Amino acid sequence: MSDATSPISSRDLAAVSHLRIVPRRFYGRWVASAIILAILAWVVMAFVEGDIAWPVVRQFFTAPAIIAGLGNTLIMTVCAMTLGVVLGVVFAIMYMSPNPVLRSVALFYIWFFRGTPLLLQLLIWFNLALVFPTIGIPGLFSWRTIDIIGPFMATLLGLGMNQGAYTAEVVRGGILSVDTGQTEAAKAIGMTRLTTLRRIVLPQAMRVIIPPVGNEVISMVKLTSVASVIQYAEILRNAQTIYYANARVIELLIVAAGWYLLVVTILQVGQYFLERHFSKGRGGRRAKRAAVQEGAA
Amino acid sequence: MSAVETQAKADSAIVTIANVSKIFGELKALNNVSLAIEPGTVQCIIGPSGSGKSTLLRCINQLEKIDQGAIRVDGELIGYRRVGDELHELTDAEIARQRLVTGMVFQRFNLFNHMTALQNIVEGPLTVLKQPRKQIIAEAMALLERVGLADKRDSYPSELSGGQQQRVAIARALAMKPKLMLFDEPTSALDPELVGEVLNVMRDLAASGMTMIVVTHELGFAREVAGDVVFMDKGEIVEQGPPQTVLVAPRQARTRDFIAAVLK
Repeated sequence: MSDATSPISSRDLAAVSHLRIVPRRFYGRWVASAIILAILAWVVMAFVEGDIAWPVVRQFFTAPAIIAGLGNTLIMTVCAMTLGVVLGVVFAIMYMSPNPVLRSVALFYIWFFRGTPLLLQLLIWFNLALVFPTIGIPGLFSWRTIDIIGPFMATLLGLGMNQGAYTAEVVRGGILSVDTGQTEAAKAIGMTRLTTLRRIVLPQAMRVIIPPVGNEVISMVKLTSVASVIQYAEILRNAQTIYYANARVIELLIVAAGWYLLVVTILQVGQYFLERHFSKGRGGRRAKRAAVQEGAA
Repeated sequence: MSAVETQAKADSAIVTIANVSKIFGELKALNNVSLAIEPGTVQCIIGPSGSGKSTLLRCINQLEKIDQGAIRVDGELIGYRRVGDELHELTDAEIARQRLVTGMVFQRFNLFNHMTALQNIVEGPLTVLKQPRKQIIAEAMALLERVGLADKRDSYPSELSGGQQQRVAIARALAMKPKLMLFDEPTSALDPELVGEVLNVMRDLAASGMTMIVVTHELGFAREVAGDVVFMDKGEIVEQGPPQTVLVAPRQARTRDFIAAVLK
């Protein structure tokens, strides 16, 4: 290999273009790959040789208690996320309202639920009966708080309200990302403010809202595990209950981890398709279709 | 013109603007402006940027709230209901209903980006007027035909040129069957070679008898199509009259300077 690059006359240029090309060698990459592979092999070996009873993992992967826990995890994810998104949209709209009372309430809500730890919120909801023994409208009807706010309700309210505070900011960002010209055009054809929001602004805001909310759904799947502290029977808590009995701690944690990974993987695929749907009119879907057709031609 | 004549003219007008002022912070965007527009005519408004011409147009369909004066559109006081000696602000829904009289075309088109050309046109009749879908689609297709874009019915705005987008925007406004069309510098955001196609659609519209108020820099178009031209500067109407006067032989020095600057 010569140290210098090659000066070349214009006459030689034509001749050079026929020569064989030898690609650059990336020695650094080879070394890095070798090191990483060695470390990986070492980790894998450690797990294979470690004191893990893999048959137990296989046995409990589909155990009824685990599947029931998984079901509860998924139900809670869907319910809490739904509550979170609904609250998020409502509070985002309140935040952007010209009404100072609505705006202040939204600001307070976001401030409070983002400013305190989720675990603490869950404990407050779970222990609400200490403050309010009964819930209802005095004289009309009332229930005992303990009957209403069990582990499920406390978890739902805790996760949902907490999620709403974060989603409100995401939704607000999405709404702000839509050009004001869109709102003016909607007004000009006689739409009311609410119709404009529903038909014109929110569908376009979705493009900006979906990616972070998708991330939050994935976070939520894992966040439900915090509810094990207040006795909600989600997958991690059920795994714990089993290993308290049979002392197979790591095996059951691996079972839970496997299920979390599986669910999150499926959600990621779903998010891809959802994002593609809401990029309508932004060159996303069309451009892809055109590219596919071009490729076929 | 005598006071009686002025009154008679104002009564038959589809838009009457009376002593309207609009203030943005320190800036007086409109200063005591009065103007009447007769049905079936084309009113052009010209003037330098910042002269208040777009603001005036936006006041007519209540995209801007006026600070003083009153505007009457199609026989109704807009924005307020008179109760005795008081003016009560209208609700969101009432303002939306008043806007149905006017159609508006924006400088930057403002087509709904998440809808195809056809969906853009259909949106108003479907969600606002709640007409049956079958009839709407037939009418929307006829409108697309009229602006020469029937083959673009399934294209999204991002797939259309500026001129095509503006023609769809005109069709979208027409789909609501307005009595009056407002054009806010409809060709200012277009590449020069696309201006003609939009002006052609507007010419046809004027020929069909539509009442139009057009804020524009296209003096050629104004001369050809306008029944009346207003020159505005610094929030005031400086000169008003037939295009042959205002555009060809203006009386005011400010008008002369502006026209010379545009033609240069």
